[in-house]
Amino acid sequence: MLRRYAGLLGVQLRASVLLSMQYRGDFLLEGLISLFWTFTAMAPLFVVYAERPSIAGWSFGESLLVVGWFTLLQGVLEGAITPSLNGVVEHIRKGTLDFVLLKPADAQFLVSTTGFEPWRATNVLTGIAIIVYAFHLLERGPSIPGIFAALVLLGTSTVLLYSMWILTVSAAFVVVKVDNLTYFFQSIFDAARWPSSIFKGPLAFIFTFIIPLALMTTFPAEAMLGRLPLRALVAAVAGSFVFAFVARRVWLRSIGYYTSASS
Amino acid sequence: MSLRNTLRAFPTLLRVGFAEALAYRAELLIWVLSTTMPFIMMALWTAVAREAPVGPYTQEGFVSYFLGTFVVRQLTGAWAAWQINFEVRQGTLAMRLLRPMSPLWGYAAENLGAVPMRIMVAVPVAVFSVLVVGEQAVPREWWGWPLLLVALLGGWLITFLANVCIGTMSLFMESSNHVMDVWLVLFFVLSGYMFPVDVLPGWMRTVVDWLPFRYQIGLPVEVMTGDRTWQETLLLVGRQWIWVLLLGMLAVTLWRRGLRRFAAYGG
Repeated sequence: MLRRYAGLLGVQLRASVLLSMQYRGDFLLEGLISLFWTFTAMAPLFVVYAERPSIAGWSFGESLLVVGWFTLLQGVLEGAITPSLNGVVEHIRKGTLDFVLLKPADAQFLVSTTGFEPWRATNVLTGIAIIVYAFHLLERGPSIPGIFAALVLLGTSTVLLYSMWILTVSAAFVVVKVDNLTYFFQSIFDAARWPSSIFKGPLAFIFTFIIPLALMTTFPAEAMLGRLPLRALVAAVAGSFVFAFVARRVWLRSIGYYTSASS
Repeated sequence: MSLRNTLRAFPTLLRVGFAEALAYRAELLIWVLSTTMPFIMMALWTAVAREAPVGPYTQEGFVSYFLGTFVVRQLTGAWAAWQINFEVRQGTLAMRLLRPMSPLWGYAAENLGAVPMRIMVAVPVAVFSVLVVGEQAVPREWWGWPLLLVALLGGWLITFLANVCIGTMSLFMESSNHVMDVWLVLFFVLSGYMFPVDVLPGWMRTVVDWLPFRYQIGLPVEVMTGDRTWQETLLLVGRQWIWVLLLGMLAVTLWRRGLRRFAAYGG
């Protein structure tokens, strides 16, 4: 069973790579634009830290760590999660999801693996570069257990992002015309660019418990700085499992409600 | 078709635009929800101003500024660039060209037709802003209100005309969506959307003043929160309308030249 799915994943990955090799020029341009965007989006950071040496207990270098994690995760999101799930929205709109549902493999697995954009790896590399530069500014290295914790958190944040996407896509069964759901999702994810302690009041509650952005970028940054309590790490892992479980249930329900184009 | 007839048909086009916005209200709501950046920026900047004000902005100042940003973004939105791109690629632009009126009027009407729906989102936010920070959230002098309307109209015109210019480029190249991406990045950073232009250091401030972006968002917000004397406001609104004129001429020229290259499928 597991081997069959691994094989399927391999096939889909290879197809995506071949496909993206066809449009090299286009993807190169998109890569350049996303680099440009990454650096210009840091403008508020520079403006803010020109005013103050530290905001909500975060120095410039430490905030840069959060930005690094944000950029890295953005690469994961746009390279491995968004492309294929955009395909589902298209399927729902055109009524061709039936073809996927008829296939003898799990539908969620199939729709989640149909498209990868390998060129988005540039964002992952940029993210790593930013993290390295941040530690250079801080004049210290990351703590070794911290790196491991951060890697675990990278896993949990990928699960979280993926589950949130599944939830968003499930909404597409209801609202149908949702090519713009992508923008909605990205605009919320954008808040993860900042250390979560900046947010106070209702926003802090939303970004910790409802849309757990704090877990995705602030926690890994704190882990690398060696100041993330073990309790938080455990909570992050447990939380992401709960999220994934809920997303799976919602997805199954939406599939149940789905009426194809002809029915 | 003469200008007189165009003007006579425009109200009907506006009604059609409004009906369309009403029909796709769920979609419109998602668009509105995806412009949450001002709220995040508000949280960030009020955190920065917690100990001491930044430039002329206190915590309340930032709250009214960014709530104003949200309102202005709602009222000055335009998406003609994507529309034109899509229609050029699909060839459906041909359908619009059959009408005895420039399609540009049609795009304008569709964008403006959504304004009443957007007002329904924008006004409660503006009222909330007044409740939270008091009268400094809206113009305090009588001349602020007419100038606010002029600045909002100018802001929308710049956004719309820039959209038309970039969308029209798709008649010269395969797709102008990448050009739009670059424009959007510059817009986000330089328009006063992420931070008021007053917090920028001097030389950058000068650059930003000469570019069109800050007249899309920053200027209407500043008029709304009444940050400037009326001489300053008039000067800035004047510059805004110079940009409106420039972009208007550019849009019409590009459009006329581009259309000659347009050949729809089957045409």
